[in-house]
Amino acid sequence: MVEKQYKIAGEEGLHARPASVLVGAASSFQSDVSLQHKEKKVNLKSILGVMSLGIKSGETVTISADGADEQEAIDRIDEVVKSEGIGTE
Amino acid sequence: MTSILSGIAASNGIAIAKAYRLEHPELNAEKKTVTDTEKEIARLETALKQSKTELQAIKKRTAEQMSDEQAAIFEAHLLVLNDPELIGPIKDKIQSDQVNAEFALDETASTFVTMFEAMDNAYMKERAADIRDVTTRVLSHLLGVTIPNPSLVTEEVVVIADDLTPSDTVQLNPEFVKGFVTDIGGRTSHSAILARTLEIPAVTGAKTALADIANGVMVIVDGLNGEVIIDPDAETITRYETKKADFAEQRAEWAQLVNEPSVTADGHHVELAANIGNPSDVTGVLDNGGEGIGLYRTEFLYMGRDSFPTEDEQTEAYASVLKQMDGKPTVVRTLDIGGDKELSYLEMPKELNPFLGVRAIRLAFEREDLFRTQLRALLRASVHGNLKIMFPMIATLDEFRKAKALFEEERANLTAEGIEVKADIEVGIMVEIPSTAVMADTFAKEVDFFSIGTNDLIQYTLAADRMNERVSYLYQPYNPAVLRLVRNVIDAAHKEGKWAGMCGEMAGDEIAAPVLLGLGLDEFSMSASSILKIRSLLKDLSKADMEQHTETILNLATADEVEAYVKKLLGQ
Repeated sequence: MVEKQYKIAGEEGLHARPASVLVGAASSFQSDVSLQHKEKKVNLKSILGVMSLGIKSGETVTISADGADEQEAIDRIDEVVKSEGIGTE
Repeated sequence: MTSILSGIAASNGIAIAKAYRLEHPELNAEKKTVTDTEKEIARLETALKQSKTELQAIKKRTAEQMSDEQAAIFEAHLLVLNDPELIGPIKDKIQSDQVNAEFALDETASTFVTMFEAMDNAYMKERAADIRDVTTRVLSHLLGVTIPNPSLVTEEVVVIADDLTPSDTVQLNPEFVKGFVTDIGGRTSHSAILARTLEIPAVTGAKTALADIANGVMVIVDGLNGEVIIDPDAETITRYETKKADFAEQRAEWAQLVNEPSVTADGHHVELAANIGNPSDVTGVLDNGGEGIGLYRTEFLYMGRDSFPTEDEQTEAYASVLKQMDGKPTVVRTLDIGGDKELSYLEMPKELNPFLGVRAIRLAFEREDLFRTQLRALLRASVHGNLKIMFPMIATLDEFRKAKALFEEERANLTAEGIEVKADIEVGIMVEIPSTAVMADTFAKEVDFFSIGTNDLIQYTLAADRMNERVSYLYQPYNPAVLRLVRNVIDAAHKEGKWAGMCGEMAGDEIAAPVLLGLGLDEFSMSASSILKIRSLLKDLSKADMEQHTETILNLATADEVEAYVKKLLGQ
């Protein structure tokens, strides 16, 4: 298992558009990918799960991947988080 | 026969055209028992595939005809269609309960709709519509029913609907769709937001539009007043054609003012700023030509959550606003909780009269830890722009001195910690308690600026709770007593070389603004949507002329006399 922590940067938090980008990235890998916010953990391949967390700007999340392509998944997600301005480390 | 419906003015403008009913068929997800669950799951998968194909086509067309941002809505919809947390449970339900795909889909999606609708955040509440929209599309394929295709419209129409789903709205070609009327929804519903983006007049919450309006009937949508006129006579059409032309002319004029300075006919500059509650409001400020932020209500950072925002969280929010404002003045008001604003997680004793109790700066002193955290966050953010800080509900000079001392202490603490802060930050007060207005000359020697909070100043001066409808007749912005206090504040500021602003609703009022101009107000801060209206008004006025009328106005006996006098001056 591989994981990474981020602070959400967008003014409106992790709303539909950045959530879509993240879910799209996670969905292209075989590994289980999850996102943890406070005590809740959701499937990062689920747009509804991610949006239901209502994550606000400045809040911290942990993304973890577990499976055959877990490192590639985390690397790709990390790339997307930074290039799309979704969050910072 | 002409009839009129009332609703919510969701998007400004006037539209006159034939009605096009966008009526969604009743899709009945009746429960049926199935024996071949594999076949049923295959039916579901076929419907999902058909829905994806449709959404991809719509997304493509939307990106071509409108914008990538609007098309992004359908990217989210496509992800909902692929969502393992939604699709998985539907298939499980078909298998374990041996029910049909329609029922399983409807039941499972309803769980999510309920969950999103229950959220505090307005944005998340609206996401329920996205889920409903996707569900409807898949269900229509399962049932073999055709849902509306607004893209086929080829004449000018006003769309009549129960509500507009995102799919509906973006298929509407602005060339032909001139207005909307929906039975449900408010100003923040999906259709209202997109109507404003497309600049199409809209009325929401009309309740019986679908029931009352037949296809092809002439309809007038008055998005300015939230009215829908059905089957108007020729005279009414003529009257609204004139209103429509007037609005278009005014909008064109205002559009030219977005990047203009706020200057009167005799060359006097004022600053027209906006009041905000969230960093996301800054876009509206800049789009409307705001020259600054005159009031950033920081209590919004504390609301809609279950614990205090941390120093880091606050720093992030303040820095975000300052960066967006890019050097334009930004006045931040420290926490104003109490009165009509409460926090569930802050346990405050019940007070008989919270408007006169422990709130705003009084609460800040009682909970000095919270105040220091906020001051530190503001100081840390200060390097990102033109920050000014003001303290709410100051009643005595001692209170200001104490608050200022805490500010200076935290500045020194941060400097000692090696954290950079801006050198000169203006520190002022809200003037909303009469004692500060009466003693303005004394305060002006020590504060850097005043911001007159007229909403509270009026209610305290006239001793009438503005939330109490039974005494609302006493809430009088034009009352000469209020105006004299305002003059006292402005004169005191100028005498000490300071500036005076206003962040109450008076600043954006067309009757009050000319009086305030004459009194010498430096900054007018209002709802962003009022800025261009006031800029347009002020550019035709002469400050020198208004000054000539000041003494007369302040010696009138009643608010009504003031209003009548100003209206006469403005030629109304």
